Amino acid sequence: MKKHILDLKVVEVVRPHERYVMLKLTNPNGALPEMRPGQFAQLRVDGSSTTFLRRPISINFMDKKKNEVWFLVQTVGDGTRQLAKLLEGDTLNVVLPLGNGFDLEAHPATSEKRPLLVGGGVGCAPMLYLGKTMSERGVRPYFLIGARTKGDLLQLELFAQYGDVYVTTEDGSAGEKGFVTQHTLLRDSGRFSEICCCGPKPMMMAVARYAQSSSLPCAVSLENKMACGVGACLCCVEDTQEGHVCVCSDGPVFPIEQLKWNTRP
Amino acid sequence: MSDLTTHIGNLKMVNPVMTASGTFGYGVEFQDFVDLSKVGGIIVKGTTLHPRQGNPYPRMAETAQGMLNCVGLQNKGVEHFCSHIYPTIKDLPTQVVVNVSGSSPEDYAECAARINELENINAIELNISCPNVKQGGMAFGVTPEGAATVVKAVRAAYDKTLIVKLSPNVTNIVDIARSVEDAGADAVSLINTLMGMAVDAEKRKKLLSIGTGGLSGPCVKPVALRMVYQVSHAVGIPVIGLGGISNATDAIEFLLCGATAIEIGTANFLDPAISQKVAEGIDAYLNRHGYDSVKDIIGALEE
Repeated sequence: MKKHILDLKVVEVVRPHERYVMLKLTNPNGALPEMRPGQFAQLRVDGSSTTFLRRPISINFMDKKKNEVWFLVQTVGDGTRQLAKLLEGDTLNVVLPLGNGFDLEAHPATSEKRPLLVGGGVGCAPMLYLGKTMSERGVRPYFLIGARTKGDLLQLELFAQYGDVYVTTEDGSAGEKGFVTQHTLLRDSGRFSEICCCGPKPMMMAVARYAQSSSLPCAVSLENKMACGVGACLCCVEDTQEGHVCVCSDGPVFPIEQLKWNTRP
Repeated sequence: MSDLTTHIGNLKMVNPVMTASGTFGYGVEFQDFVDLSKVGGIIVKGTTLHPRQGNPYPRMAETAQGMLNCVGLQNKGVEHFCSHIYPTIKDLPTQVVVNVSGSSPEDYAECAARINELENINAIELNISCPNVKQGGMAFGVTPEGAATVVKAVRAAYDKTLIVKLSPNVTNIVDIARSVEDAGADAVSLINTLMGMAVDAEKRKKLLSIGTGGLSGPCVKPVALRMVYQVSHAVGIPVIGLGGISNATDAIEFLLCGATAIEIGTANFLDPAISQKVAEGIDAYLNRHGYDSVKDIIGALEE
């Protein structure tokens, strides 16, 4: 897929919570390029005295009709705080689409078996576009969204448009109390065709263990620290069965069997 | 349009803008962003005689106006380069230069000899300055004798343009530059990264897997400019300047300080199209100041 450097225009800024911002952007100079669920963009940060590099942010949603792409950003450091200051009408320079994305062909759903999309914290972001794309292909996924507390649950009403939504919070303030892997939905693994997962590494490893013990195919989206975003600098490498590979260009989505995670049940 | 043609030894380039090793992949990664025929040359990722896995993750830490890396020369070795990568890049519309590294003079020479056979590669850049590899790399680049030993060994095995990349992590870079000139180098490029360190105060931990890494980006530019100025006034061979170049003005500063060509490194990560923009910006500067040729501004700093 051809990569582009684009000056996108902010059409709307949604602040669902003090630590998150959702940016809706459009391309004022033409149609946005095709993007696959699980791919990401490198967002340029202007005006930060400490952040130097672009921020890699996953594609949260793409609306072809409106010519919009959305990014859900958690404010973690100064770079993301600068992004959170953007206002409607501002311009944001982005490089996209980057990375491989989720494979939508590998494990087809059936009437009995549907995909399980698991998102933890801001890791729920790519699951929205993935779920939407699956729904357009006639597949209704299960969404399992985990967060620390109720306020960290994002975009639940949007997820509900494309699939069945299940929730856990660590403090029990919404959904079932505990981690995603403790949700009662997972008691019957026979209902799933595959698992796609994005979130904190310990959560993804727990989900990978569940997938292995249930003999389910599972793909996870990694977020190793990146510099170039295009496979040139070899900074973001993950140790895989094929040695060190770039998360930015060979990933960020990997089938768990490619990784060297110790996830044997 | 001014004359931007640049010569480094027998290497002829359409302009003085090159991309630095390890920041531009094998060029193909940037073809969506850059018309490679508008860039003088690209220096591809450090290549060694044998495959190297590089250092463990994490390999990168951001700093104010820069970054540290400790990649550690990850590459699949020179045989893989010749059989799998060279066929895909040999017809790129720019000069492709291979960065060569090693852990002994014999390693360097054998790797260079293998690349000498590749028809469309007209130069190598010898890396005697990688700060991220225990044996070799910088070990040779920090003494005039060590540098000369490697350059002599490679010179005997390599008959095309030989560029030697120098480390700034030395007491006197001029002594090293003179030594590699005497040993037969056709040009020197400087500076490689400055050795540094980054820590996480909250977690009380080092941020890089091996503790230290090489610092690059705009924060190193004044150091690089000073060293390019000193070296270009001390040697007779061309100097290629690099270190924090982020725009055409930065590049012109290096040319004025005596560099014949420049390399763009870390800035490729911030703007993947920057190399072409810098070449266009140099042309605009020459036109604006009424110079016919880029050669007119090399070392043209008024005292």
